[in-house]
Amino acid sequence: MAEEEPTAEEVAEPGVDLEAEAPPRALPDEETLATIVEPHQSASWVVADDEWVVSVDAADYHSLVEAAMESGFDTFIDLCAVDYFRRQPRFEVVLTLLDYTTPMRLRVRAGVDGAEPQLSTVSDLFAGANFYEREAYDLLGIDFVGHPDLTRILLPDEWEGHPLRKDYAVGSVPIQFKESHKAQ
Amino acid sequence: MSEENQTEEIDSAEGAVAVDATTATGEEGRRQIHDMWVAGTEERADIRQFTDEGAQELLPVEDETALDIQRGVVVDDDYEFEDARDEDELQIINMGPQHPSTHGVLRLHLELEGETIRRVKPIIGYLHTGMEKTGETLTWLQGPTNVTRMDYLSPFHNELAYSLAVEKLLNVEIPERAQAIRILMTELNRVSSHLLWVATQGMDIGAISMMIYGWRERELVLDFFEKVTGLRMNHNFIRPGGVAADLPDGWEDDIEALLVDVPAGVDEYHEILDENPIFLDRCQGIGVITPAECRAYGVTGAIARASGVDWDLRKAFPYSGIEKYEFDVPVGKHGDVLDRYHVRMAEIDQSLRIVKQILETMPAGDYRTEDRKVTPPPRKRIDESMEALIHHFKIFTSGYKVPAGEAWQSVESPRGELGVYIVSNGGAKPWRIHVRAPSFAHVQALPAAMTDTLIADTISTLASMDPVLGDVDR
Repeated sequence: MAEEEPTAEEVAEPGVDLEAEAPPRALPDEETLATIVEPHQSASWVVADDEWVVSVDAADYHSLVEAAMESGFDTFIDLCAVDYFRRQPRFEVVLTLLDYTTPMRLRVRAGVDGAEPQLSTVSDLFAGANFYEREAYDLLGIDFVGHPDLTRILLPDEWEGHPLRKDYAVGSVPIQFKESHKAQ
Repeated sequence: MSEENQTEEIDSAEGAVAVDATTATGEEGRRQIHDMWVAGTEERADIRQFTDEGAQELLPVEDETALDIQRGVVVDDDYEFEDARDEDELQIINMGPQHPSTHGVLRLHLELEGETIRRVKPIIGYLHTGMEKTGETLTWLQGPTNVTRMDYLSPFHNELAYSLAVEKLLNVEIPERAQAIRILMTELNRVSSHLLWVATQGMDIGAISMMIYGWRERELVLDFFEKVTGLRMNHNFIRPGGVAADLPDGWEDDIEALLVDVPAGVDEYHEILDENPIFLDRCQGIGVITPAECRAYGVTGAIARASGVDWDLRKAFPYSGIEKYEFDVPVGKHGDVLDRYHVRMAEIDQSLRIVKQILETMPAGDYRTEDRKVTPPPRKRIDESMEALIHHFKIFTSGYKVPAGEAWQSVESPRGELGVYIVSNGGAKPWRIHVRAPSFAHVQALPAAMTDTLIADTISTLASMDPVLGDVDR
C-alpha cells in the first residue's frame, strides 16, 4: 500500500476542473434566422432555453424547413406531434434540426387543425423524416401530404384509431388476439 | 367360407403365374398385371388409373452429360449471377422477426439479386408497448420507471434525459454530488453497453469466445449497479430532483476494482480482435455510412463519429456538469464496421477516464435537491412530524405539479442522441412525452448502409448499428 501512495500526486489530474462552467451556447445570428423566418408571414420566433423556437402555419412549413436546411440546419434530429385537444389548432408537429458546426438547434413548431390534419411532408428534404412522419401518422393521425409510404409503423396495419390522441382512452379498446389462434 | 377363400386365392395365384408380365402388352396386358396385384380383394381395377403421368422420362443412353447431371456426377455451377436488374430475378427474403442476429424482434425485408442486396426495408413495431401513452398516465415522479425500460441496455441515460427535461420545467438546482453520481452512473452504463456491443458483434460474426469475454466484464459493472440501485437493469435511480439514494459505503473500492478489471478485459479484446484476419475481413469496408447520410438520417453517436463526424453532445451541449471532466472524443474516418469497433473501444477508455476523475473528486453534499416540492421528506422526519407524513403521502400518491411548457433535453447515450421532448399543461402528469430514440434513426438508416452489399455482411452491419429494439419500438 505504501508503494501506491505516490499515485496520490497524480490525483490532481489537470483535466478535472470542478469550477468549470458549461460554455455559453451558441445562438444563430439574427441574420441567419431572418433569412429563414422573414419570407414567411406566419412565422414567428422566440428563444426558449437557449434554442430558437420558430412557430409557423401549416402552409409555410415546408418552405421554412427548406430555408432552414439551406442555412446550415442540415441534420435531422427529431419529428413528433402533440395533441393539444381543446386548443386551436389542435395538433402541433414539432421538428428539431441541428447544425453540427456551430453547434445549435432549431425547433420548428407547425400547428395543424382538424380531425384529419394535413401537413406537407419534409421527407423529400430529410430522408430521416420518413420513419418519424410514419410514427406521427400512426400514433396521432397526422396526414403528411406527399409522403412516399405513409403507413402504420409501430401498430399493426389493421389497428383502428390513433392512440396518442387525447380522445383515445387507455384501456377502452380490448385487444383481441383471436386471429393468431385461428391460424391453426 | 374359408374353403372358398382358399380356393380363390389359389386360383388367383395360378392366374398370376399364367400371365407373363414381360410379354403382356396393350390394355389387356396391363389389366392382367393389375389383376395380379389386387387379387384377393375382389376389387375390379379401373383401367383409367393407369397413365404415364409422372413417369420419369428416360434419356437415350448416348446423352452422357445429361445423364451425368441427372446422377449428380457433374454439378452445374449456378454460383455466378448476371448483373441484370430483372424483376423476375429478384428474390425477397424476410430476415426476422425471430432471428438470433436481429438483437430482438426486428424484421428486415431483403430484396436479393443473387447474393447482392438491392433493397432493404426494416419493419419494426413488434415490441411496441405504447410507453409514450403510458407515460401520460404516470405522475412525474413515476416517469423514470417507465422510460428506464425503453432502452434497456442504457437505462441510466433514459432516466437522466427524462429527469433533466423535467428539471428544466421545474427550474430546480441539483446538488453537485447528485450531478457527479449521475455522470458516474451514466458513464459506467456507457461502458457496460459498449461491452455488450463488442460481445454481440463478436458473436454475430463468429467469434463466440468474444461473447463470453464481453459478458464477463459487463457483469462486473452490473454488479456495481446492483449494489448501488438494487437492480441490474431498469434501475429507476435517477429521478427528477436528484438520485434515489446516496452511493453505498465502500463504493470507492468497487470503482477502483472496476478501473483495474475492465481495462484488463478490454486489453484482452484488443488482443483477440484487433489483428484477427477473420474479424478484419468481416468488418473492414462493411456497412459504410457517409457523413452526409448521417446528417440526412439523423445518425448520431458512435456511428456518426466512426464516419468522421466530430460530434459529441457531452462536448457540444454539456449536461449534468460533465464539462468539469476531461475526456476526448474518438473519431474514425472510414465509417465502416471496423471504425465503429475502434470508436466504441476508445469510448470505453474515455468513459473509464471520466469515472476515475469522479472517483478522485466526488463532491460531498446532498444526493438530491433540498426543494421540498419534488423531494419527499427524510424518512426520519416521517416518524416525528404529521406534516412530513402527509407530505410524503401526497408526493407519492398525487405527485407534484410541473409548470406548463415544453422542454427538449438530449443526452449522449451509448447509441447516440437520446432526446426527450416533454409537454406539461401544469398538471401532475405529463401532457405528452416523446422520446427521440437513437436506435429508431439507426434502424431507419440501415438501407443506406446495406444497399448493394452482400447478404453475408447483413449480420455484421446490423450488429454494428447496435439497435436496441425496446428503444426502437418503445
